Amino acid sequence: MNTDYWIGRSHERVGARDRVTGALRYTADLSFDDALHVKLVYVGGARSKIKEIDRSDALKVPGVACVLIADDLPQPIARFGPAFADRPILATGETKFFGEPVAAVVAGTKDAAEAAAALVQVEAEPLAAVLSVEDALDHASPLVQDPSLRPKDPLATTNVLREWTFGWGNTDGVAAHLIVEHEYRFPMVTHFAIEPHVFIAAPEGDGVTLWTPTQHPFVLQRVVAAALKWPIARVRIVAPDPGGGFGGKGWPKFEPLLAVLALRLGRPVRLVLTLEETFQQARRTSARIHAKTSFDGDGHIIAQELNTDFLIGAYADIGVRVVSKASYAACGPYRTQNAKVTARALLSHTTPSTAFRGFGTPQASWAVESQLTEAAGILGIDPVEIRRRNLPRKGEAFIPNDTPADGDWAAALASAERSIDWHTPLAKNRGRGIALGLKSSSTASASLAIVRLHYDASVSVLSATSDMGQGARTVLAQIAGTELGVTPDRVVITMGDTSIVPYDSSTSASRSTVFMGNAVLKACAEIRRKLQAICAKALDVEESAIEVVPGEVKTPKGTMSYAEVMQAGLGPPRGEIIGIGEERGGGYRPEHPLGGRPEFWEFMCTAVEVEVDPQTGMVDVTRLVLASDVGKALNPAQVEAQDEGAAVMGVGHSLMEELILDSTGRIVNLGAMDYRIPTIQDIPRDLHSVLIENEDGPGPYGAKGAGEGGILGIAGAIGAAVNQAVGVQIRDLPLTPERIWRAIQSAGAKLP
Amino acid sequence: MSAGDVTVHMQVNGRSFALEIPPHHTLLDVLRDTVRLTGTKECCAEGECGACTVLVNGQAVCSCLVLAVEMDGREITTIEGLASGGQLDPLQEAFVATGAVQCGFCIPGMIMAARQLLALNPYPSRAEIQEALVGNLCRCGGYSRILDAVARAAASQR
Repeated sequence: MNTDYWIGRSHERVGARDRVTGALRYTADLSFDDALHVKLVYVGGARSKIKEIDRSDALKVPGVACVLIADDLPQPIARFGPAFADRPILATGETKFFGEPVAAVVAGTKDAAEAAAALVQVEAEPLAAVLSVEDALDHASPLVQDPSLRPKDPLATTNVLREWTFGWGNTDGVAAHLIVEHEYRFPMVTHFAIEPHVFIAAPEGDGVTLWTPTQHPFVLQRVVAAALKWPIARVRIVAPDPGGGFGGKGWPKFEPLLAVLALRLGRPVRLVLTLEETFQQARRTSARIHAKTSFDGDGHIIAQELNTDFLIGAYADIGVRVVSKASYAACGPYRTQNAKVTARALLSHTTPSTAFRGFGTPQASWAVESQLTEAAGILGIDPVEIRRRNLPRKGEAFIPNDTPADGDWAAALASAERSIDWHTPLAKNRGRGIALGLKSSSTASASLAIVRLHYDASVSVLSATSDMGQGARTVLAQIAGTELGVTPDRVVITMGDTSIVPYDSSTSASRSTVFMGNAVLKACAEIRRKLQAICAKALDVEESAIEVVPGEVKTPKGTMSYAEVMQAGLGPPRGEIIGIGEERGGGYRPEHPLGGRPEFWEFMCTAVEVEVDPQTGMVDVTRLVLASDVGKALNPAQVEAQDEGAAVMGVGHSLMEELILDSTGRIVNLGAMDYRIPTIQDIPRDLHSVLIENEDGPGPYGAKGAGEGGILGIAGAIGAAVNQAVGVQIRDLPLTPERIWRAIQSAGAKLP
Repeated sequence: MSAGDVTVHMQVNGRSFALEIPPHHTLLDVLRDTVRLTGTKECCAEGECGACTVLVNGQAVCSCLVLAVEMDGREITTIEGLASGGQLDPLQEAFVATGAVQCGFCIPGMIMAARQLLALNPYPSRAEIQEALVGNLCRCGGYSRILDAVARAAASQR
């Protein structure tokens, strides 16, 4: 059977039909007859001392089962987190960010839970809060974390959670023709998955089961087990397909609390956050980046010195890893002769910052790309050309002792240059910009897959990857179908239930096609080896006489189907053939600053054309072209759709998105009404994606990861285009109409 | 029935319901929690994201913004009511065919808003599709495939 058509074709998304009919059950759609409803209680402001919580009125509301506060829990209160166990199950002593609950009300109906939550009286005293990079670095500011939580940490008496220095060569005293030095800012933005966060927990047997649309079921299982001090095996995570994730659904939030409630009450409990609450639980890490870039007269980068100060939240979450990983590769896809990156993860009394599409790279890229464009202007070199001159060739180690450049990046740059008609004249108030982005992919991580070949040669694939919109089911089905020669209707992918599927590190870092894809590939290969042995035994021939190819077994006695081999080999008792695949990539390297080399680089070239209205400062992105080297697009439509989506999300943080805090640390623009994201009217008239495919990636059939690249360079490209259109250079995102208008006014005012 | 509940008669996807509901429950609450049709999604609950869009007597409304008691005597169509006899609506087919569906959470609302557009305007321009769907937010995709899907469904209906 020829199944080649499976790979490289835009096969229909597996699960698309259930999504257009409303049949797909997302987590909040699951129904538990005896479930209790949870509503959280908050105090205003970022930081408050909790003095007294009066639950008496709340407990009088009919149907209320309990009102839990931190004092009810065993002390010292259990803390949890993926990087550090620093976050208490409920706020204890003081709240540390706007949106940290002080109590959880549980009742028989949503109405009763809401009514009772409003009756919980909290006496709280507002305290000074750390809300910005400057606050965090001010020695007079309060400490966000209790130093006793950070024993033996020399930084424990500061708000610096971690600091790093990365680099090579020597940036001191380099002889430069041109030095460009500026400071850039990237705002707090929120993921705004259309599905708000939802958590359901129920006691089950000797353990507890949690239903939540998490991207990383096994991280959650480990963290909840640690918080409960239970063996991992007693915690079961079920992760229905998320309604969007983008990193926001990666890391534990209220799951430990829900587990505790379910176990105390002996009933299922459910907590569906509002969008406003969701905004308060996860955000992108904001940043202040100081960049000093040295060039020779031809535009070659002699040195990059970057100070990357990332403002993480009140708890480390995975924000601490965002900072180190993004800073390590912050110099971008360039041959930088000397580099020094000084990075800090700064604690603050704000929403915990976490993974968010691009994992810190869009922040760094905003600075580095703006610097390059500015240097090009000063040196009289075309912005495309200055990038071309600094791009490493494939195989070149642009970061010493690390994964070399692994794609034809120059081809992607040339492709974007061509597609955007870079060298054609522009009308008034129009501008073009180009920017590159480079993201370190997954480093040390592991994916396991189980593939089961049933007696009728249909196939079950068990995988802990989360299908959150990227289309992982489709790609895994394409791989299994190709390797075992079965048609789509005979492959079923089961995901997300830790009692069924084997371990996977995470659905993040654009890693699933490569890591989980390879695991499925290897599992299928094991099935073919077992078929070979079974067939040889059944026919009483040497194994070497048997050749197993996708869908068929060639034997000295003719060609057999997989089903025929199984019938012959397994007989009336029947059975199945199980293959297990494991991909660990290059593995853990303790000497590497990130614990391992990136398995591949996610590279993207972004080019835009904008029109700016100088009267209003409004920016219309009229054209947006993306060009990436993806190795092999297993499903091109899915790759393109992710690129386009990432790009439009990038238009959001470039032009309109920012969480705004008041002086007490309260987010003032909570919810869809006050926090604007791109709509269907904001998209470029021309939006398209070009895929370079040389089948040279580490994944199945030469694939590399994709899906985050589209967001990496958008801000740098739009900033450059706005500058060309109306002559203003703005270094703080977002480029709102007000900021642009003010910049135009102040530039005009300086004219004679 | 609790004290204060109100009896409301409505048709949902052609079926008649007599429901006893608290007067402050929205149509969205009732569809999801009482009628148990969960295809209609809740996101912003303030009429800005469009995820909860349904048709009320053929008109697209955000079901989070209307009280269920106002629906007495109305005909409601939800995403579950579009396909008939196993046959998908042309919009549903088109969303699948163009790859417009990613995580899918916005899609029911998106399709219901587009359903009203095509009922009123079988020949929508690109700008008219954008106008009709400006209140339906998607965060996974770049919207262009959604535009293509609606245009394709319109063409297939002619």
